[in-house]
Amino acid sequence: MMPTLDLVPIWTTILAVAVFLYVALDGFDLGVGMVYSFAPDRAARDAIMNSIAPIWDGNETWLILGSVGLLAAFPVAFAIIIPAVYFPILLMLLALIFRGLAFEFRYRDAPHRTFWDYGFAAGSAVAAFAQGLVLGSFIQGFHVEGRQFAGSSFDCFTPFAIVTGVALMFGYSLLGTGWLVIKTEGSLQEWARAFGRRCLIGTALAIAVVSLWTPFADAHIAARWFSWPNVALLAPVPLITAGLIWYEWRSLNDGSEYTPFIAALGLFGMSYLGIAISLWPMIVPGHFSLEEAASSPSTQAFLLIGTLVLLPVILLYTGWSYWVFRGKVRSDIGYH
Amino acid sequence: MRLDPEFLSRIQFAWVVGWHILLPAFTVGLASLIAFLEGAHVLTKRPVFLHLSQFWLRIFAISFGMGVVTGIVMPFQFGTNWSRFSDVAGNIISPLLAYEGLTAFFLEATFLGVLLFGRKLVPPPMHFVAAVLVAVGTLSSSFWILATNSWMQTPAGYEVIDGRFFPKDWFEIIFSPSFPYRLAHTVSAFYVTTAFVVLGVGAYTVRRGQQLAEGRMMLRLALWFLAIFVPAQIAIGDLHGLNTFEHQPAKLAAIEGLWDGGRGVPASLIGWPDAAAERNLGELEIPHLASLYLTHSWDGEVKGLKDFPPDQRAPVAVVYFAFRIMVGIAVLMLGVVATGLVLMARGQLDHTRWYLRLCQIATCFGFIAVIAGWTTTEVGRQPWTVYGLMRTVESVSPSLTGSDVVISLLLYVVVYLLIYPVGLSVMLRLVRRGPIPSEEIAPIVSGRPKSPIEALAPATPETAT
Repeated sequence: MMPTLDLVPIWTTILAVAVFLYVALDGFDLGVGMVYSFAPDRAARDAIMNSIAPIWDGNETWLILGSVGLLAAFPVAFAIIIPAVYFPILLMLLALIFRGLAFEFRYRDAPHRTFWDYGFAAGSAVAAFAQGLVLGSFIQGFHVEGRQFAGSSFDCFTPFAIVTGVALMFGYSLLGTGWLVIKTEGSLQEWARAFGRRCLIGTALAIAVVSLWTPFADAHIAARWFSWPNVALLAPVPLITAGLIWYEWRSLNDGSEYTPFIAALGLFGMSYLGIAISLWPMIVPGHFSLEEAASSPSTQAFLLIGTLVLLPVILLYTGWSYWVFRGKVRSDIGYH
Repeated sequence: MRLDPEFLSRIQFAWVVGWHILLPAFTVGLASLIAFLEGAHVLTKRPVFLHLSQFWLRIFAISFGMGVVTGIVMPFQFGTNWSRFSDVAGNIISPLLAYEGLTAFFLEATFLGVLLFGRKLVPPPMHFVAAVLVAVGTLSSSFWILATNSWMQTPAGYEVIDGRFFPKDWFEIIFSPSFPYRLAHTVSAFYVTTAFVVLGVGAYTVRRGQQLAEGRMMLRLALWFLAIFVPAQIAIGDLHGLNTFEHQPAKLAAIEGLWDGGRGVPASLIGWPDAAAERNLGELEIPHLASLYLTHSWDGEVKGLKDFPPDQRAPVAVVYFAFRIMVGIAVLMLGVVATGLVLMARGQLDHTRWYLRLCQIATCFGFIAVIAGWTTTEVGRQPWTVYGLMRTVESVSPSLTGSDVVISLLLYVVVYLLIYPVGLSVMLRLVRRGPIPSEEIAPIVSGRPKSPIEALAPATPETAT
């Protein structure tokens, strides 16, 4: 089974990075989409949309890489998880259609401008909620027989998954307001800070609820966190998270421009780490470990060669495009 | 009536891929056209190229956006509805799909942003490079997705262990027997589709009498391009057909509507395939012709549908008519192009109003041919997802019920029927406004983003004059 070099840890790392990049990048622009509907006026809405117009498409591309990467590295996990979350995936895809087209149609389809405004905001909200549903039902695990999902397509709508859905909406909105603090100035930035504080309260509550609910619902996860010496070794995770929440609150208030976004990313990173610690080393909780679900060594090797060359190039030119579109966006005259 | 999740999932896949393919059919060619126009403008500095590039870029932004959001739907279909296929064939097809993402999607998404919003932010040669990279991205995407499809049609380079496919030779997997023909035939079809749209829009612009220089340029660019590519496409299609004859004989028999195989078989021009009676009703046929063009021999042997058990035959009538629609369109295309060349030689191209109207009607020809051709090849390979090895019925997600798929299918139908008419009407509005210079559209104070489309405007005064 084991060839000269085990590629599973490498692929686990690549996939983890790809999913985190998706959550961070599309997370902030989905968040921007959600807070869009609360913006004070049309000028503010224009500025908010302009702040992500050149980059949202690239951000969303990480979703494709994440899903196809899962299929490539762990095909049986893909074949079990995706049908199990049939309706959340459907909701997410339809929501992303509305949201993506709003960028193009809002300016061109003047008679229905308000419709596409709503489409943009609602599409972002539904997509975020649906991704939270996927996350929640993934943590809870699926009814599996052999190599197949054997439950019903409606199993995923559990109270826990709905809570994670709402949690992700708050989290993405926090990221989105952090992005707006970077990209805007003046009264719009003040508004983004105020809105960000509300999102932070929601996010902090959501993190607390999900963190407590997860071990109570699953004895294995409880044992992982609360048995000695794990409880001491893992204590930094909740402590750092609490510190980040405090730091986020302070930076939303004290006029820093970049730290609200960075601290929000930190919160996502810690939550991500927390979930990884709870589930490790399973990719289909309770059924398939990363090693068991891995695709053939030849598949992993063939794709790895190209990925090691192409991924750094992609990161390079993605970074370059962010640099090209750097700076503040203003609603009245575009960028200055 | 019992709702069959497999059949409904097939309808759903056909629905989402059918609408989606219209967009790459248009944007693959359009990306290359824009790169050409940008390059021509950098070299010649003629404003007509800049105006045309800006004009088509506005339309490209809409169609590409629609292509992206309907394209994201596609890989998820493999998981939601075809999870058994994903597990069984995942080792083989997944790297091809992943390479599409790595080599195409990021390139397109990133440099389209630069192309749309960055005309003032980056130097003109870099803007041209961005256009080229977007075009390269669209072609790379075609390469990988058709490699995937071709492997499913003519699998090679694999071995089967415990009922699942494992890779043996990646070169054979990517360059499976039907791949070179399918790639050439499809990309050429996309280019022809775009060229007919440019021809139609050029004809409309000339007929209206505004922006004449731009309209005449579009008419001529499209006609010269089509004069080469329509005949070439017919020749490539013929080669693709011969490849199908060799590797997918049951599909070819369905295309030909040929029930009784043998030596010296006739070609069926038109008729009604009756699957129950295993014959064609009211058929018009030409003796020996099919043997002649398939085997290049008067008495060559061709397999008929009856040489295959009924559970290994495609739905014959769908394949039979889809193929004839495609070929019929090809003949019409040849007629339009030949007429245009004659008129151009006589110097009457811009004044023959009936011909300009004909070109406007021909705008949709490519799209019809692409859908018909795609139906021919996809319905023709049924009942298999991996030809001869894995059946479609074995590929569907086992957890799905009929009502699950009814719900999702209905939602896809509603949403697509909303967004496509809106997208089309938005693009038609842009066409009606014509290839006017962008700076006459939106009063942009500076070049940084104002709005996705309005920001296409920022041509600097130097480049516009």
